[in-house]
Amino acid sequence: MATEVEEKTEGLIGARMKRVEDPGMITGSAKYIDDLKLPGMAHVAILRSPYAHARIRGIDTAKAVAAPGLVAVYTGKDFEHLPPLPCAWQAGGVENFVATPRALEIDHVAFTGAGVAAVVAETKAAAEDALELIEVVWEPLEVVVDVEEAVKESAPQLHEVAERNIVMDWHVGDAEATERALAEADVIVEQRLVNQRLVPTPMDVRGSAASFDPATGEYTVWMTSQCPHIMRLLMTAFVFGIPETKIRCISPRIGGGFGTKIYLYPEYVLMAALAEKLGRPVKWVESRRENYVATTHGRDHVTYLRAGAKRDGTITALDAKTYANLGGVLSTIAPGIPTTLYGRMLSGSYRIPNSHCQVLGVYTNTAMVDAYRGAGRPEATYVIERAVDLIARELDIDPVEVRRRNFIPPDAFPYDPGILRGLKYDTGDYEKALKRALEIVGYDDFRLEQQAARAEGRYLGIGFSTYVEICGAAPSAWIGAVGEGWGAAMWESANVRVHLTGKVVVTTGSMNQGQGHETTVTQVVADELGVAPEDVTVLFGDTQATPFGYGTYASRSVAVGTVAVYHALQRIRQKARRVAAHMLEAAEDDLEWSGAGFAVKGAPDRAKTIQEIAGAAALGYDLPEDTEPYLDDTYYYDPPSCTFPFGTHVAVVEVDAETGEVKLERYVAVDDVGKVINPMIVDGQVQGGITQGIAQALWEGAAYNEDGQLLTSSMMEYAVPKAEFVPKLEVDRTETPTDLNPLGVKGAGETGTIASTPAVVNAVVDALAPLGITHLDMPLTPERVWRAMEGGRHVSATSSSV
Amino acid sequence: MIPIALTVNGVRHETEVEPRTLLVDYLRDELGLTGTKIGCDTSVCGSCTIHLDGHAVKSCTVLAVQADSCEVTTIEGLAHGGELHPLQEAFWERHALQCGFCTPGMIMAGVELLDTNGDRLTDAEIRRGLEGNICRCTGYQHIVEAMHEAAVS
Repeated sequence: MATEVEEKTEGLIGARMKRVEDPGMITGSAKYIDDLKLPGMAHVAILRSPYAHARIRGIDTAKAVAAPGLVAVYTGKDFEHLPPLPCAWQAGGVENFVATPRALEIDHVAFTGAGVAAVVAETKAAAEDALELIEVVWEPLEVVVDVEEAVKESAPQLHEVAERNIVMDWHVGDAEATERALAEADVIVEQRLVNQRLVPTPMDVRGSAASFDPATGEYTVWMTSQCPHIMRLLMTAFVFGIPETKIRCISPRIGGGFGTKIYLYPEYVLMAALAEKLGRPVKWVESRRENYVATTHGRDHVTYLRAGAKRDGTITALDAKTYANLGGVLSTIAPGIPTTLYGRMLSGSYRIPNSHCQVLGVYTNTAMVDAYRGAGRPEATYVIERAVDLIARELDIDPVEVRRRNFIPPDAFPYDPGILRGLKYDTGDYEKALKRALEIVGYDDFRLEQQAARAEGRYLGIGFSTYVEICGAAPSAWIGAVGEGWGAAMWESANVRVHLTGKVVVTTGSMNQGQGHETTVTQVVADELGVAPEDVTVLFGDTQATPFGYGTYASRSVAVGTVAVYHALQRIRQKARRVAAHMLEAAEDDLEWSGAGFAVKGAPDRAKTIQEIAGAAALGYDLPEDTEPYLDDTYYYDPPSCTFPFGTHVAVVEVDAETGEVKLERYVAVDDVGKVINPMIVDGQVQGGITQGIAQALWEGAAYNEDGQLLTSSMMEYAVPKAEFVPKLEVDRTETPTDLNPLGVKGAGETGTIASTPAVVNAVVDALAPLGITHLDMPLTPERVWRAMEGGRHVSATSSSV
Repeated sequence: MIPIALTVNGVRHETEVEPRTLLVDYLRDELGLTGTKIGCDTSVCGSCTIHLDGHAVKSCTVLAVQADSCEVTTIEGLAHGGELHPLQEAFWERHALQCGFCTPGMIMAGVELLDTNGDRLTDAEIRRGLEGNICRCTGYQHIVEAMHEAAVS
């Protein structure tokens, strides 16, 4: 049911309000998982497989059991009664090919880092010491880490259920029409693109603690989760087989997740099971190395791209065959990322009449791969934005011009790209954002400067990414449709209570992982109810204290979560109007919202503040007939469609002619995320996202050796950017509200990561155009760039000497 | 067990620790000062940065016994008399934190940088000066702005 939208007030929505959650974080009182201490708590350490692929022939725990400070040692056999974890998004028809992790593996491991035994001890140090005393008889098996190797007949088979290690063979679009259009195209570009594996690396690693009450049979599980309600649902319904009332999940403050904290991990189940076995609370917090080897990774696609165009740059066909590496076992929503969130977004911001995408989801002996900030859309954006540049180069047309010629025009919205299973891009004005970005960067001048630099033997380049992405997951009927593999809904909940004193408490099924949700929600509440921000409290993260909701990911917390709050507020105001009318002895229709309460139209002194109304409603001494006491409302908001933020990102680079080092000279971003509730918070989201995306282009990459050992398993080896890696980012916005929700908001958490990677790669390739270089795979390290430049110099030297 | 005596946030503590106890674990587990975070286990990320005798150090790389006779200040001890340190204020004002996990260490490192170089810091010097501290959320831009703001306040 839609609420009747009251007249709008001006105020905090759109203001750069300081965050309400910051005081605890800047003084050290904010509590994260490792800060939790339960009375009588024991500590858990997990023995992980040193082999990427092996059978477990036996485990001897005798020496460990005798170690000082030891409580107990368990192996997978002790939890044989618990089924493997559920794969909750079986997109692409994967149901017959599912292999997922268990609380502890019993006889087979498919990646280095899989848990096989757990030590419980009085101290963390004692638990870690005892790990070394466990003796496992391993039978190492043949390993495959390369996604294209893994689908060959000769490759080792990881799971009996998946022949040639193929989890899914998914298609979207029209293969036949696309082949035809390719055949008829004036030009065709072809390119193999590697979107390398990334380690998301939130600063706060994963952890979990649990307690169990044998009298009631109830578990309490603390966990680093972006969606504690989903965790409770999966643990109760699919693992423990108990009513959902028997587990309470609590997510404390989490220090970033970037997707990795969406999933049900073996350790969360293990903690609950250990607490029950031992009858005392337990806690486990992973080390950074565990975070690297055993927490989910992101991206890892190999794509064979073909695109066809007319001579004028009009794109007529797009075909992509993508190998998506999903790791040794499936993570909770792994199959949904390279399908729904990738293949269905592949045409980007362009009108492409014929497209087709095939995705092969593949098991390899590597860590699980699942959503990482952007989740599918960075991979899609990389493919289409590289494709546009390849076409521009092939036709010798300015890449900006090719983009313009193919943009979906403003009058075409709502626009059906034909591959989104009926969803339409809501609103957009792609040219406006592009124009603004070109102005800021001074495009015409840059090309002159580039020419001059080239004449001096310097390599300057500019790269564009005119992206569109999908936010606000999701209409339940769309995401939950038969064949899509998501066995649930995806609305969001909010409860608003205005207490007797006029103080407001909001509880929501959403969750904060650092994006500033308390502040954003507070701004909306303060505006809509006319209360001071300090009178608003926003709570989440505890399944016992909040209504069921789906959590934070896919940039849904504003476009879905905050809109739920907004609708609850409208119903609170409707009831407040009724109570105020009774108090003022006036007709409801004669009242108007004053910004602080209700007043009689034309008689502003006849008014009641929201605090007075809340007090009257809470006391209930004198309420209108058939009116329940209290201002309290819960709203479950199921969005009618998804939202589609867009924009233009521009990178300017200089490549060192001697060393191949890429220097990022400027970075301009013009994003359109619809209406903005707090510009300071959105700037922060965009800047952080851009930095992660630049990092993929230039520095980051997970590397496995052929034995399946992760070579980049600490922050010393994996290149998370430091402050001096990045220049000052020039961030600007256009504002095209969505018409799908009354706040006009689209979502801003992932745009930066989605847009930035191809902008940087396009810039480097543009810089190296004089050497005939048309593509380079990421990360664009000095060595890789230098080798390509040497090759280019050699080719041009050879051809000029002929 | 080794006896140690040290002052933490102005309070003197005398205790005994295992020789292998890291200073960060002593602060967090024994004193309950959990504002100091552990982020990487390898001295890269700087989440555990505290002040040891006035200098910013990574407390995951210092043994508790090495802090014997020293003065330690953690994030909990930075504000005085209910008044935030100017850098804490600036981080709040400039939205220099998102998830907040790196923030205590970042602020402790930033305070020493400001104390050493005052208001003459350029953007580049701030970025270089904070190279021992990793933030995964902000992209550092608001942190640089907060440093400038605190430098002039």
